[in-house]
Amino acid sequence: MKKGIRKLSFKNHVFDIINYSFLIMVMVVTIYPFLNVLAISLNESVDTIRGGIYLWPREFTLNNYFEISKYDNLITGFSNSVLRTVIGTVLGVFIQAMVAFTLSRPDFQGRKFVSTVIVLTMYFSGGLIPGYMLIRDLGLMNSFWVYILPGLISAFNIIIIRSFMDGLPMSLQESAKMDGANDFTIFYKIILPLCKPVLATIALFIAVGQWNQWFDTYLFNSMNESLTTLQYELMKILDNTSMGGGQDANLMRSTNEQQNNLVSPESIKMAITMVTVVPIIVVYPLVQRYFIQGMTLGAVKQ
Amino acid sequence: MEITRKAYSKSSAIQKKKKTFWKAAKNQKMLYAMSLPFVIWVFVFNYLPVWGWTMAFQNFTPGISFFEQEWVGLDHFIALFQDERFYLTLRNTLAMSFLGLLFGFTIPIIFAILLNEVRHSLFKRTIQTITYLPHFVSWVVVAGIVTKMLSTDGGVVNDILMGMGIIDQPFQFMAKENWFWGIVTVSDIWKEMGWNAIIFLAAIAGLDPQLYEAAKVDGANRFRRMWHITLPGIRPTILVVLILNIGHLIQIGFEKQMLLGNSLVVDYSEVLELYALNYGIGLGEFSYGTAIGIFNSVVSIFLLFLANGIFKRYSNQSVM
Repeated sequence: MKKGIRKLSFKNHVFDIINYSFLIMVMVVTIYPFLNVLAISLNESVDTIRGGIYLWPREFTLNNYFEISKYDNLITGFSNSVLRTVIGTVLGVFIQAMVAFTLSRPDFQGRKFVSTVIVLTMYFSGGLIPGYMLIRDLGLMNSFWVYILPGLISAFNIIIIRSFMDGLPMSLQESAKMDGANDFTIFYKIILPLCKPVLATIALFIAVGQWNQWFDTYLFNSMNESLTTLQYELMKILDNTSMGGGQDANLMRSTNEQQNNLVSPESIKMAITMVTVVPIIVVYPLVQRYFIQGMTLGAVKQ
Repeated sequence: MEITRKAYSKSSAIQKKKKTFWKAAKNQKMLYAMSLPFVIWVFVFNYLPVWGWTMAFQNFTPGISFFEQEWVGLDHFIALFQDERFYLTLRNTLAMSFLGLLFGFTIPIIFAILLNEVRHSLFKRTIQTITYLPHFVSWVVVAGIVTKMLSTDGGVVNDILMGMGIIDQPFQFMAKENWFWGIVTVSDIWKEMGWNAIIFLAAIAGLDPQLYEAAKVDGANRFRRMWHITLPGIRPTILVVLILNIGHLIQIGFEKQMLLGNSLVVDYSEVLELYALNYGIGLGEFSYGTAIGIFNSVVSIFLLFLANGIFKRYSNQSVM
């Protein structure tokens, strides 16, 4: 009997050791690429070509970042990305919460209809080409609004917000109604502040989606440099082999002419990658405690 | 509002019902104002494109009205089924979908179960925080990172393999056709494993701790507890996620393939949607591109119903 227990706990220890080592390995594999990119972006660019930069820059410099800051398209792209993220998130959260509010009201006659029309969109899509034709016909090509309007309503997000609102006591609304508040006031003054946790989750989802999007720029606004986005610029620079090649060479040439010193494409790529990743790394711990709650809620209700 | 509902259900005369309906509608005009504009919105951006499917049955010419288009029936579909490239892209789509389903679905479950066995909560939280991170990074960045890690000059994977003496000279991962599916699958796992484990972790957290205590008393070891308690406990969650994944099987998207692929591996990287994109927008063959899109949707709906049917038969539940 005693022997059995000892054997069991020995096995337990072996399991723990293997399990912890495995999970640490997962952690290293996940985090290493980011640290590597950071190290290269902070390393002197001629020195980088020699190779061997892993976790720490050998010759520390901020020069790569100065170089990319001279690239006009990148500045435009950065401000457009910030703009679309802010506008898209504020509008998206507000409107999705508003629609979710009407769906959370059991007395609302149109509830079933509105909810069906919106939920159905999760199960089908017109596809790439018809979607493209629609945007073209609506005159949204070569316009900033193509970043905001088409994805403004998300059925998935509305379901998540709505299930959160379903958990709030109805009595709050009823007493406000007694005081003569209309439905919009109830939504804006009472419900919205109470939904902070779920709205933080949704804001994170929308903001990340907006910040990371590049395909709409590629498809609709690639002819118009003033509407470029950061992700699209990064995509062009990373994509040496095909269409991005010329652009990349241009950047290298322009920066070289200005500075008259060689900046390797490698360092430029890594510095731009960092610029696109850092905002996410900064924002994400702030909302992390909310989004797990939101995720599981949404998944269960789905 | 309780009163309204009661009055509504009590009224038997249709006339009265109608009256109450309009009266209530008037009372609820704000709720209508808050939702109906967005129903129209959804109609325009989500439903209207479906009308565009008619293009697949026309020789669509931009700029002329719907009634002036030339109708060609199923010609585009026939052309599609006769194109070798179509079968190639279909193969690529299915292959990467199945690989994604097989590994992208099972590995997060294993990861969640292993993570659940960790008792140091700080360690657990740290792992979670780190493994969720790649989910929030764009595919553009991930493709850049993967290319960098696998590159022949200074890529860490080649450095390690050479340091261990497994290969003599750097291996060109990104230029090898046979490696492409694997690279896409692994990149996807790297990006989404932690995130996809969240739902399973939540399901595990909801299991009754007494079950584990009882099993411990009965002398069940860790593996037996994982196998006989954790796994069956999260079975409903696993099934729902599986069905949803099968529904999205063929809609794997094209971002990863587009960003990771290059002209050397195009025979293995081009998926149906990229094929549609190249023909439809690249070459301006809108009708043909739409036909490819329709085929894609039909297969995806078929798979969803198939999976749901099988699921229903075995568990008497349905996810749709």
